[in-house]
Amino acid sequence: MTATVMSDLRSLLHGLPGVDKVGVEARAAALATRSVKTTAKAQAIDLAIRMVDLTTLEGADTPGKVRALSAKALRPDPADPTCPPVAAICVYPAMVPVAFEVLKGSGVHLASVATAFPSGQAPLDVKLADTRDAVAGGADEIDMVISRGAFLAGDYTKVFDEIVAVKEACGSAHLKVILETGELGTYDNVRRASWLAMLAGADFIKTSTGKVPVAATLPVTLVMLEAVRDFRARAGRQIGVKPAGGIRTTKDAMKYLVLINETVGDDWLSPDWFRFGASSLLNDLLMQRTKLTTGHYAGPDYFTLD
Amino acid sequence: MFEYAPAPESRSVVQIAPSYGLFIDGLFEEAKSTFKTVNPADEEVLAEVALAGPEDVDRAVAAARRAFETWSALPGSERAKYLFRIARIIQERSRELAVLESLDNGKPIKESRDVDLPLVAAHFFYYAGWADKLAYAGFGSDPKPLGVAGQVIPWNFPLLMLAWKIAPALAAGNTVVLKPAETTPLSALFFADVCRQAGLPPGVVNIVTGAGDTGRYLVEHPDVDKVAFTGSTEVGRQIARSVAGTGKRLTLELGGKAANIVFDDAPIDQAVEGIVNGIFFNQGHVCCAGSRLLVQESIAEELLDSLKRRMATLRVGDPLDKNTDVGAINSAAQLARITELSEIGSSEGAERWSPECSLPDRGFWFAPTIFTGVTQAHRIAREEIFGPVLSVLTFRTPDEAIEKANNTPYGLSAGIWSEKGSRILAVADKLRAGVVWANTFNKFDPTSPFGGYKESGYGREGGRHGLEAYLA
Repeated sequence: MTATVMSDLRSLLHGLPGVDKVGVEARAAALATRSVKTTAKAQAIDLAIRMVDLTTLEGADTPGKVRALSAKALRPDPADPTCPPVAAICVYPAMVPVAFEVLKGSGVHLASVATAFPSGQAPLDVKLADTRDAVAGGADEIDMVISRGAFLAGDYTKVFDEIVAVKEACGSAHLKVILETGELGTYDNVRRASWLAMLAGADFIKTSTGKVPVAATLPVTLVMLEAVRDFRARAGRQIGVKPAGGIRTTKDAMKYLVLINETVGDDWLSPDWFRFGASSLLNDLLMQRTKLTTGHYAGPDYFTLD
Repeated sequence: MFEYAPAPESRSVVQIAPSYGLFIDGLFEEAKSTFKTVNPADEEVLAEVALAGPEDVDRAVAAARRAFETWSALPGSERAKYLFRIARIIQERSRELAVLESLDNGKPIKESRDVDLPLVAAHFFYYAGWADKLAYAGFGSDPKPLGVAGQVIPWNFPLLMLAWKIAPALAAGNTVVLKPAETTPLSALFFADVCRQAGLPPGVVNIVTGAGDTGRYLVEHPDVDKVAFTGSTEVGRQIARSVAGTGKRLTLELGGKAANIVFDDAPIDQAVEGIVNGIFFNQGHVCCAGSRLLVQESIAEELLDSLKRRMATLRVGDPLDKNTDVGAINSAAQLARITELSEIGSSEGAERWSPECSLPDRGFWFAPTIFTGVTQAHRIAREEIFGPVLSVLTFRTPDEAIEKANNTPYGLSAGIWSEKGSRILAVADKLRAGVVWANTFNKFDPTSPFGGYKESGYGREGGRHGLEAYLA
């Protein structure tokens, strides 16, 4: 990238319309009061299940744990064959080959975090090797983290170049770029980081690693949805959005679906364009799904623990 | 879009009697002459309500006069107890009152539930707090109540306007006779029941229902010491004439044609929300509605595209559905006025646009509408429409925005959208409007004074300032 292009990048990011904090939070809170009931709720629950990136990102992850989770991804509710599979499994690179054995050919995607997740504080060649390993192991989606340090220092070039390089290392795998919005501090930064990632070639923009205290929130996701909407209008390319971390209940998931519905509409109401990065969310969705079909709540022991 | 299934709030949480009499001296009287109040969403008759004549108003004023002797003599802390009690009962009964308000007025339940009722309770709590601190309100060391207040309120926020009128009056030691609007009398009658439940002494609050004549009897009554009116500028003028020279104190909160000014450095997505909230909140039946959008020409096209996209997501329909954004127009007469002014807008050459939306067959409905290509010379840029109709004008520089914003006989409110703080302060300083919102719109709070310049009226309601109208 030439110096001119990069200074253009800076003026582009700083020329984006500002985000009024009070206003965006009020809008998100207002949409959160939407009432999604009966048939609408049933449809929304199935859609939400199909959007889940079922995640385990622990130091204690073992092949056994990952195999169990992968099995669950394929058949979330063993008691009900009409229950759809989730969108993807999301694991650390070392666990990718294990998950791949279970998932291959199933249509459930295999996502791996990479690029020195969660801090992103490693040299570029380490990040690229991390990415290539995951892809070689069978991951078809890569969740990378941006260098928040570089972003906050105003070094947009570095962040941009890293994303471009990781995208290249991904080959045909889809690239989700984690902005770690909880560390960006302002909604203006969330909007700028979203545009930066999209300009650099992200296929998805994702809120969080789930490893810092503030993860996905409705207003942050609203700002990101506005960004992908505006980016498509300007650049002609559609980008997906993935809130991750802290989304645990069906009620939470409904709020996100309403947000999509009333901000970007139909085009994003699909697992191709929206994902939930979550682990405990799935069982709550399954419980509510069973409640809607049977009319009563089943206890937690009726849903698999994985 | 995925369709939300109907999510109606239960109608059965409110029991409406077939008929209601006047509430005078702590008792509901038998209704003699009556009129009907209807649900504007389906034109179903909700109840028959007493039509108060001159003798009825006489009795109500007399009851208020008698009650004034003891009420005004109570220590402020004792009056505060009643007001706190009223506030708590309103909170306890808020679901019932919200449904009632939506039925009688046509406003969406999410607004009556999340805006009207919380603010009503907040007003009573706030003024309850003032009742024993009047000596510290800045109106002298021993301010006195005026006596009997005759209060006439509009139909757009029936219970909230009642709270704005009654809470400061009672806190200051006055007694009141209140006339709710002809098309929305029910919540005031339920409030009368709240007063009984709170054990409020008889005569402190009296409710007389009726139409314009009843209001006229009340404001012209010789034993009324203070008149407070919220409504149209035309009726406000008549009241000012009839009160002139009588020694009665008067506050008027009248019409508006507020400018909502969007600069090119505005937070666009939030500005669009603010524009929508400014004009489509409560179907645009808001005296301080942002009915004139002044947008900087350099971003006009982009902003209007965003606005139209946003308007397409507005859900118009059943006021009791929890997902409804825009409810019913309050009355056939108001619908006729909105329709007429919109037709004038088209015939004067402005370009009319509404999103696709199917309106119910029965009831009074008007689709959210914007007019572009409007100039200062258009009637829709000058006259208050009081409906979901936005006139869009453009400007080139901040000075031009200020000139155009001020170029109206009204001066109730205004909005400024800019990320530049210095510009907000500089522009706000020059706007002749009682309330100027920056990067927000239609925000209300009991601690904040509200009122207008010029033909938007005089006096302030809310805050410490709101006490002044009820103290001497």
